[in-house]
Amino acid sequence: MQKVYTKIESISGNVITVLAEGVRNGDLAVVSSRHGASLANIIRLKENVVSLQVFAGGRGVSTGDEVRFLGHPMQVSYTENLMGRVFDGSGKPRDAGPVLDENMIDIGGPSVNPAKRIVPKNMIRTGIPMIDVFNTLVESQKLPIFSVSGEPYNELLARIAMQAEVDIIVLGGMGLKYDDYLFFREELETSGAMNRAVFFVHTASDPTVECLLVPDISLAVAEQFALEGKKVLVLLTDMTNFADAMKEIAITMDQVPSNRGYPGDLYSSLAARYEKAVDFEGAGSVTILAVTTMPGDDVTHPVPDNTGYITEGQYYLKNGRIEPFGSLSRLKQQVNKETRDDHRSLMDGMIKLYASYKESMEKKSMGFQMSDWDIKLLKYGEMFEQQMMELTVNIPLEEALNLGWEILSSCFSPEESGMKTSLVMKYWPGKDKEDK
Amino acid sequence: MNTGKVIGINGNMATVEFTDNISLNEVAYIILGDSRLKAEVIRVNGKEASLQVFEMTGGIKVGDQVEFTGELLSVELGPGLLGQVYDGLQNPLPQLAEKCGFFLQRGVYMNAIPDSSWEFTPSVKKGDIVRPGYSVGTVPEGIFSHRIMVPFGFSDGEYSVKKIAAAGSYTAREEIAVVTDSSGNDHSLSMVFTWPIKRAVTRYEERLKPVEPMITKIRIIDTFLPVARGGTFCIPGPFGAGKTVIQQTTSRNADVDIVIIAACGERAGEVVETLIEFPELTDPRTGKSLMERTIIICNTSSMPVAAREASVYTAVTIAEYYRQMGLNVLLLADSTSRWAQAMREMSGRLEEIPGEEAFPAYLESVIANFYERAGLVRLFDGNTGSVTIGGTVSPAGGNFEEPVTQATLKVVGAFHGLSRERSDARKYPAIHPLESWSKYTGIIDSKKTTFARDLLFRGEEVNQMMKVVGEEGTSLDDYIVYQKSEFLDSVYLQQDSFDPVDGSAPIERQKYTFDLVFTILHGSFKLSTKQETRNYFNQLRQRFLDLNSAEWNSDSFKSIEESLRGKIDEKLKANE
Repeated sequence: MQKVYTKIESISGNVITVLAEGVRNGDLAVVSSRHGASLANIIRLKENVVSLQVFAGGRGVSTGDEVRFLGHPMQVSYTENLMGRVFDGSGKPRDAGPVLDENMIDIGGPSVNPAKRIVPKNMIRTGIPMIDVFNTLVESQKLPIFSVSGEPYNELLARIAMQAEVDIIVLGGMGLKYDDYLFFREELETSGAMNRAVFFVHTASDPTVECLLVPDISLAVAEQFALEGKKVLVLLTDMTNFADAMKEIAITMDQVPSNRGYPGDLYSSLAARYEKAVDFEGAGSVTILAVTTMPGDDVTHPVPDNTGYITEGQYYLKNGRIEPFGSLSRLKQQVNKETRDDHRSLMDGMIKLYASYKESMEKKSMGFQMSDWDIKLLKYGEMFEQQMMELTVNIPLEEALNLGWEILSSCFSPEESGMKTSLVMKYWPGKDKEDK
Repeated sequence: MNTGKVIGINGNMATVEFTDNISLNEVAYIILGDSRLKAEVIRVNGKEASLQVFEMTGGIKVGDQVEFTGELLSVELGPGLLGQVYDGLQNPLPQLAEKCGFFLQRGVYMNAIPDSSWEFTPSVKKGDIVRPGYSVGTVPEGIFSHRIMVPFGFSDGEYSVKKIAAAGSYTAREEIAVVTDSSGNDHSLSMVFTWPIKRAVTRYEERLKPVEPMITKIRIIDTFLPVARGGTFCIPGPFGAGKTVIQQTTSRNADVDIVIIAACGERAGEVVETLIEFPELTDPRTGKSLMERTIIICNTSSMPVAAREASVYTAVTIAEYYRQMGLNVLLLADSTSRWAQAMREMSGRLEEIPGEEAFPAYLESVIANFYERAGLVRLFDGNTGSVTIGGTVSPAGGNFEEPVTQATLKVVGAFHGLSRERSDARKYPAIHPLESWSKYTGIIDSKKTTFARDLLFRGEEVNQMMKVVGEEGTSLDDYIVYQKSEFLDSVYLQQDSFDPVDGSAPIERQKYTFDLVFTILHGSFKLSTKQETRNYFNQLRQRFLDLNSAEWNSDSFKSIEESLRGKIDEKLKANE
């Protein structure tokens, strides 16, 4: 459809309306103004009044600007050439590379048939003990990192991206600080992971509407790679910005807000993105790791709250560490029985002792007397925090498990550790020599 | 055909101009090239109708053709429903996957009931008088005798049987009987008929008060917070508190004939677990696979929202259908909050004046209507059948003071509230024993359970006090109360749902072990120090936990019991 419309009826925020006929819901248009051309998509039809959200924003759009409908919905090019490239939220190159326009695929496609899903079964190794040992990441899992602004969540994402054993990394940045974007690019380039990565980045200064497109465009590409048998890891940062962009558009569209100004379909919209995480039988998989910043460290804020109901657990990043309490990987049971026979017991045992350490700390701060047992726990807690919880620790799962036994043995006797006798015989440092 | 055309589209709502008569909740199809998108009329205003579209609306344009069917949104009822996995509109998902592959393609609708053959045995003869809901014969479906009934939708009155098929094999949609109404018109009957999902089936003699308990084999529920067959219950709780695990164990263990799981707007992964586990598990009552008594209606969170709204009605209609055969049916809806949110989304698009948290003002009456479809009924033939409804609620922020939880609490008979504190402390099931309630009668003498609850309450008070004054400042008597309440909590209220024995506690075992617990709760003990008290109760607890995981009435059960009773007698004062 190449007819050009030159009369824009209304401009309100990022939404414009034009009078047009025969256009289809969801299709794209190009709005050309003297500041340049921008894509826009149709979000509402009412008789011949067509509402469009302009990706570059409504600012500077004139009532006399040209609107040309393209006759297809938002698409992205899917080719091998995506590797190592950086795009913005509407799919335009952000780097010096050429515009890609081959093999265009629709974004925001249909949901996977639940009858075709399979139970996930492969662990993703990250080299971070708090993840590998205590809350294992599983292929096809959808997992957010709950965090307060200021925490090193992007550093954590970058580390997981570089170390995770996956074929392809898709980074979707929403409202990303420009520095953070540069940080991601530098990290991945230095580590050599950039040649298997593709970036879709919306920075904080870019138009809001493009922020809304980032998850869909990233996941559409990821899904295609997965269908071709690749293991894809999608990193989304920060989903709270995505939700805020939704809020902005909803309010411009006069939608009735439901909770703290967020639209009523917040849950469904977040779920539609997160549920793209999948393990295709006989093909690849999509794993989603997303950052959700919690305004005011409030987990009951609508964004983290709705996210928690959708995702399969969460990593809770606090004071630069992944907190063992509050963090949860709902899928870890699927994989941690096959890693090593001591994995589950060590995981439970160490957390129970750490919980006791917290109680002792509380007692100590209230001035109660410390027993011998309390003193042992205090030593244990400190070692645990420094050697296991610090994000700088970078060791494979097996070494982390051995380290766990080291820590236990330097603080407790085997009976005190509460570990099963059979495991103590096998793994307690120095135990085998002692018995011989 | 009654047609119209699209004049507006906003999200999943289409505005359609029409000319002939249409009715509210009528099904229409939007014609989009080769595909037909299902929609439902939800508001009529002058010559314009608002339709909620059950599919994604991308690609629809103003002027597109709409066909009205004249039929209300309905489900197909007949033999072959058991063991199926449907979406919210009763599309069989495995068959859809065979046809369309990995993704759910929009506009593809399939027969809900397969055209398979069934061994029909007539139960009426020519000249007999029947009414809507009366049985004309049966076919065996799995372990059940599936009644073939006069369609519920026939108008009231008597019909005489003009023709009835002889015993033999017929396909589901073949004619098996002809009945004549009072004005002499003939009606042909097959094994399959339809019923509009938003209307309750009322083809029964009377509704009865639910009294008989529905055993779930979860101790805290059966003993303290019982659910009756034909009753209703709700499980609100924050994320990660174990709502879905409770629903899954209930769906496995509940003492009913048929279980219908409505996975409404929740994670697809959880449905997959059920899909893969159930065919492997055996039903202890029948020895057959659990899947043979289960129907799954699954409209997961990323599937179209409007169909999510329909999915709970689809589920309850199928439940009522099996109830009409004198069976006990349990409907588990996970989660009703997602269903309420679907209503909220539609209400927003209709630009209705919002109520609290933008939920529509009619939220309460809709929730009440849904739960009221549960019930124990006496059928025309004198038998009884029941539909029990249990819904989870996912309150925002885990705060029960929100509209969906509150509206639900007004209409249900039992409230199993999950608490974040209990789940953080790994106390499962995380049902809060003091905040939750039930209006039904359980399996254990209520005097004893009231005593136990009071003790829990006092124990909690002592615990709060101890946090301030320390153990030192607490009297020994109070300390014993506290230890008793902790004991009750850890050996009886908590239950390891992953343990093969402890995971399901049959009724006689519950009665037996509760008596044992009660002896301890009610007794007074010769204990002189707190240290001694703590050690003593730790020993009791350890033995009791061992008992919980020992096979019922096995040798090891008996020897642990003996050692436990010995331990009790050691300190129990004789006159108690």
